[in-house]
Amino acid sequence: MVAVEALGRNAAPATPRRGAAVDIVALRKVYGTGPVPVVALDDIDLRIAAGEFVCIVGPSGCGKSTLLRILAGLDHQTGGTINVDAVGWAVQNAMVFQDSGLFPWMRIEANVRFGLMTRGVPEAEAAERVAAALKLVGLTKFRNHFPHQLSGGMRQRSAIARAFVTNPGMLLMDEPFASLDAQNRVILQTELVRIWEQTGKTVVYVTHSIEEALLLGDRTVVMTAQPGRIKHIIDVPFPHPRDLITLSASAEFGRLKLDIWRVLEDEVQRARAETEG
Amino acid sequence: MNELSAKARERLLYLISPIGLLLFWQLLLMLGLGDRRFIPAPTDIAVRFWALVASGELAEHVGVTLYRVFAGFFVGTIPAIVMGLLMAMFKPVRIFFDPLIAALFPIPKIALMPLLLLAFGFGDASKVALVAIAVFFPVIINTYVGAANIDRIYWDVAKNYGASQTVLFTRVVFFGALPMIFAGLRIALAVSFIVLVAAEFVASKNGIGYLIWNSWELLQVDTMFVGIVAVGILGLITSVLMQELERKVIPWKADG
Repeated sequence: MVAVEALGRNAAPATPRRGAAVDIVALRKVYGTGPVPVVALDDIDLRIAAGEFVCIVGPSGCGKSTLLRILAGLDHQTGGTINVDAVGWAVQNAMVFQDSGLFPWMRIEANVRFGLMTRGVPEAEAAERVAAALKLVGLTKFRNHFPHQLSGGMRQRSAIARAFVTNPGMLLMDEPFASLDAQNRVILQTELVRIWEQTGKTVVYVTHSIEEALLLGDRTVVMTAQPGRIKHIIDVPFPHPRDLITLSASAEFGRLKLDIWRVLEDEVQRARAETEG
Repeated sequence: MNELSAKARERLLYLISPIGLLLFWQLLLMLGLGDRRFIPAPTDIAVRFWALVASGELAEHVGVTLYRVFAGFFVGTIPAIVMGLLMAMFKPVRIFFDPLIAALFPIPKIALMPLLLLAFGFGDASKVALVAIAVFFPVIINTYVGAANIDRIYWDVAKNYGASQTVLFTRVVFFGALPMIFAGLRIALAVSFIVLVAAEFVASKNGIGYLIWNSWELLQVDTMFVGIVAVGILGLITSVLMQELERKVIPWKADG
């Protein structure tokens, strides 16, 4: 895969390396200082290995997006520590947002190049890497379009290219495919898993879909709502490389999905009872 | 009803009101209702207009007025855009300038003319300064509102992707605010003609405002109307040019 090789060529050492490792200890996030502060995250302990694909699932309001934003440096924790070991990676992390977050005033090519432009990557090298990233997501023909001229799926692919082109040690993805139709979602999930298998980056993937978490990740972190805590961590036993379509139709997949759904169901019920009581 | 004839009908309707008004006006005067010495007919104004064009007198006044509008426009809008963006990016800047804007915006800018004559003398500079001050406020307010309302996700993307303050300013906040900046520029353009013509009434020996006021004092009512029509035409042309510029500069909105 020529495109992937060009992407991974960012001052890379000769030996293949894995992405960033993360150590989260007793992480806590409280919003508001009034009489009723909202505890978004409480007592989060999580160790993410280099090159691991971790999915975080939970009901809405469980703080999973907050956790991702803190990892991305867009928010600050109230307590606890996060240690990220991304030695040798020029860019520690890159986030893919739920809505693509492409700048409407930049053409696709300029959007994809953004993270290289801000970091002063030389023009010739940037052009090469952008071309490779666009090829990887199949948008070379659309590089001179503005985002509003593309479909939602193409915009999301552009956003993924923008993240990949920076060659980050860790990809942070906040329900990146939630707004897509089912066909496009499967195609992009397949692409993402393929790219991950080839590049060995660490991926932290937030989703509200158990199925998606089991399909994509090595581990699934199940969170609870109000306050957001880790309820369960499930090792996903399916080997890589994965064929997502076949996997999603297998009996073992169905059984695991059901197990997790039971765990989550309790949580959803409890959260509902609390908010209504 | 096919699309072309519908469009043609719309265009016709667009022209009916002004042409109808002119015809009605002409007809009343031709019927002897009204004194043509005080209220010239459209044809009288047209004749006078042509005479002033032929003598070069109109071009001279138009040139002076346009120079003052454009000079004042640039001097006033560029700092307004920069400061409006800085207000959105940095809270201390906003806190510093907010009360100043609130206090100075409602002052009728023409009331500053005597002060500006003292400061800059009777030449072009005082009129350019007046236009600059008058356009400053609508542009800074629009720029700030436009930049402050940029969707949070764009700030997040900029931060996560390593944007420096300079990149944030020039690549994100400026472009995000651009549609609102243009709304401010359109208002500013109209405001600049309004204050300038008023200033030229009292504080100038040339320009369209002077032409209007001088011909009023000489009771050359047809010349006065020529001046008024000239301001209207200039306003229309510059506003169309501004819209064209906006379409060029904001291509991501053009077919969205």
